[in-house]
Amino acid sequence: MSERSVLEMRGIVKRFPGILANDNVSFDLKQGEVHALLGENGAGKSTLMNVLYGLYRPDEGEIRIGGKPVQIGSPRAAIENGVGMVHQHFMLIPVMTVAENIVLANEPRTKGIFLDHAVAETRVHELSERFGLAVGPRDLVADITVGMQQRVEILKALYRGADILILDEPTAVLTPQEAKELFEIIRSLTAQGKSIVFITHKLNEVLEIADRITVLRRGVRVETLAAEGATEAGLARLMVGREVLLRVDKQPAEPGDSLLQVEGLHVVDDRGIEKVRGVSFEVRAGEILGIAGVDGNGQTELVDALTGLRRSEGGHVVVGGKEHRNPTPREMLDSGQGHIPQDRQRRGLILDFTLAENIALHDYCYPPDSKWGWLYPRRLATRAARLLKEFDVRGGGPQTRASSLSGGNQQKVIVAREVSRDPRVLIAAQPTRGLDVGAIEFVHRRLIEERNEGRAILLVSLELDEILSLSDRILVIYEGEIVAEFAPGVSEEEVGVAMTGGGRREAAA
Amino acid sequence: MSDVEPVGGPEGESDGAPSSAAARLAVLQRVGGIVTPLITVVFAFLVGGLVVVATTGKNPLTTYKAIFDGSGLNWLLPWETCSDPCTAALNFQQTLIIWIPLVLAGLAVAFAFRCGLFNIGGQGQYLVGAIVAVWVGSSFQGLTPVLHILLTIVAASLSGALYGGIAGLLKATVGAHEVITTIMLNWIAVWVGIFLFGLGGPLQNDTQPWVPVSNDVAEGAKLTVFWGDPILQGLHAGLFVAMGFLVVFWVMLNRTTLGYEVRAVGFNPEAARYGGISVSRNYFLAMAIAGLFAGLAGSLDILGWQYRLNVNDIQVSQVGFIGIAVALLGRNTAIGTGLAAMLFAALVTGTSTRNLDPEIFRPELASNLTLLIQGLVVLFVGADVLILYLWSLRRKARLGRAAAG
Repeated sequence: MSERSVLEMRGIVKRFPGILANDNVSFDLKQGEVHALLGENGAGKSTLMNVLYGLYRPDEGEIRIGGKPVQIGSPRAAIENGVGMVHQHFMLIPVMTVAENIVLANEPRTKGIFLDHAVAETRVHELSERFGLAVGPRDLVADITVGMQQRVEILKALYRGADILILDEPTAVLTPQEAKELFEIIRSLTAQGKSIVFITHKLNEVLEIADRITVLRRGVRVETLAAEGATEAGLARLMVGREVLLRVDKQPAEPGDSLLQVEGLHVVDDRGIEKVRGVSFEVRAGEILGIAGVDGNGQTELVDALTGLRRSEGGHVVVGGKEHRNPTPREMLDSGQGHIPQDRQRRGLILDFTLAENIALHDYCYPPDSKWGWLYPRRLATRAARLLKEFDVRGGGPQTRASSLSGGNQQKVIVAREVSRDPRVLIAAQPTRGLDVGAIEFVHRRLIEERNEGRAILLVSLELDEILSLSDRILVIYEGEIVAEFAPGVSEEEVGVAMTGGGRREAAA
Repeated sequence: MSDVEPVGGPEGESDGAPSSAAARLAVLQRVGGIVTPLITVVFAFLVGGLVVVATTGKNPLTTYKAIFDGSGLNWLLPWETCSDPCTAALNFQQTLIIWIPLVLAGLAVAFAFRCGLFNIGGQGQYLVGAIVAVWVGSSFQGLTPVLHILLTIVAASLSGALYGGIAGLLKATVGAHEVITTIMLNWIAVWVGIFLFGLGGPLQNDTQPWVPVSNDVAEGAKLTVFWGDPILQGLHAGLFVAMGFLVVFWVMLNRTTLGYEVRAVGFNPEAARYGGISVSRNYFLAMAIAGLFAGLAGSLDILGWQYRLNVNDIQVSQVGFIGIAVALLGRNTAIGTGLAAMLFAALVTGTSTRNLDPEIFRPELASNLTLLIQGLVVLFVGADVLILYLWSLRRKARLGRAAAG
């Protein structure tokens, strides 16, 4: 790392109607360093980097690259200035090969019009050798793993001559092993003089990879500090503005009767591919059963089948002693099941409904909400007001539309609704996805409380941290099968190996 | 982009205005709920005015004044005097007679819309209602008047409901798109009607075998005319039914579990299902209720002023289609539908050839102006997003100036 600044952003102001997304933010990047941009959702991290990448024009402020002031009006201009960005959602063309994707928009040609595959593949090979990013140039993007696709994105940026690389929440889609490999790649990139902006809200990553850290809160730069000597607790305080409990305090579980049993469940996805292959397990009163796994290994289909939202091809579910085969969602709700769905905006809430109406989503058809088909909106509002207060939902009252709440508060509304129905079994699918530290703390604390109340809780999450810190037992799902079971003290590595199928191979051998 | 979330910020406004973008947008849309339909109408009339200038070279304001007077709306103005027989009153009665079916046809579209369905089938459901009404109304001669009217209206409404329900059932069971099925059902209704009342058809007039028309409804089945002369097509009691159904519509949507379900499915079927609501059941019910509204409209027209149905009526009737424009302009609300129906009813009456001074506007162009404005309204209704966008640009520009200053 040298002391030369390759990038300086001074006094960046970016307004959206009604929002000050960046308020006089300054940021600089030295050659060969990893500078982490840390903040909660909505803190202005992505806005700042989108300004740098030419997706937004700043309302005020100055950008200097290599000491020269520049105007970046478009991503093309950003690329010309040596700035590359790897977005959270990859922008690759699945039916094309790795090499074709990388050289896209700047292809080597033969006879002026044809893509020169040989040259393209050679150049990709050179790049991947130089930076230690192993990819197969001839593989189709559709066939490679998410981690590989990310490498392709990084190579694409390098191919276009990026010296400054912005990585937007790069580990969100990766397994722990893949994340480790990514960190290796980042180190090799900085060793060769590239400079990295690393956007994240995960504290442990920041401490592992960053040289310096800039913390944003509500559009304002709170502090820029060296990673050396920083602590997770200190960073969390800077991010949130108050003390945060990072580790969940909990007593050992005292499991009671088995409240949820799943027997030999088989489920196919929309395309008819079998995603859940004979899964069986049970959850007992007063315990949290965590299901860990890499995205796409059947978790979504499993939860949908358990809650009656998707047909199962075989097997059954027992809730509170009653057996259900292909139940309707209503049957499962009435059997005492609560469900915090993984997609709160698409499924958990009706964004155009008021909070009062959303809270009544399951019980609107029963007294006291309604009688003989007649609805009592005032009773809905009274209950909503009580729950909003109890669950500390901010940003609106019973008559506020759900769409105008922030993600964290939306999730609190869902938790309030599901918990207040007093369910025997609570299924929480990715309950903290996209939430900031403060809201995560709230959801975790609440889940533990519900466990202590004697509910059976099934936690399905892609965040291994979450599974490890909350669960009383851990199952690992891989390609639609439960491949391992662990006790709470297990190490991240052990679970990680099972998540990628390692455990199964061992068992088979 | 996830970063556009409420950020109070040190610049938080002091006038107590909502500071989050979402809240602001909500306010904008609430205001927009009234403003954008108005702007829509103004735009439509402006462009319509250009057409008037282009085709006749006359001052469009004069034309619009003539349409206004022709609709009888001037009867409402306190300074307009009216001698007997009062033309303005007669015209206004005609406007209200058309308002009745337009309200119900509008509600038929609006109700389905609130369930996320686009009911193009109002016309077919209306015709089925009219056909059944003329059949029941002309049968059972000598039945007690009130009973006969009730029987006819209920039979026609239920037939409309059944007819709309077909599209709902197809959507719910096999996923057939309601736009396609309702359009096809419209044609089935038209041709069944032509077959029934055409020469030699089973329901053709008993006494005049050479005219393709139905029998007249029984005297006892006719609705009371309470304003104006029954001979001169005065205003019938169906007006109160239409008004009543505006209230029914609102109550059903906002005060019943059925309405809750319909709105939930309309906003987000996935979340509704998660909530325990049967989406397919609601698709069927919403279409059936929509059909009921349209079928009711058909029966009120038959019992209120048409008294018979001829093949030509069936072919040229546009009520169900204007209902789509009414619902769109009225934004699928009860009040909006009532007001939009008034606008279109006034346009239809005001431009009908007998009400428009030929000196001012050529009669053959007159009724086309209605269609023109109707089309423009539908076109501009889709532009409300654009209007909101322009609005936000204006705001941005103002902010920019404030920052520079």
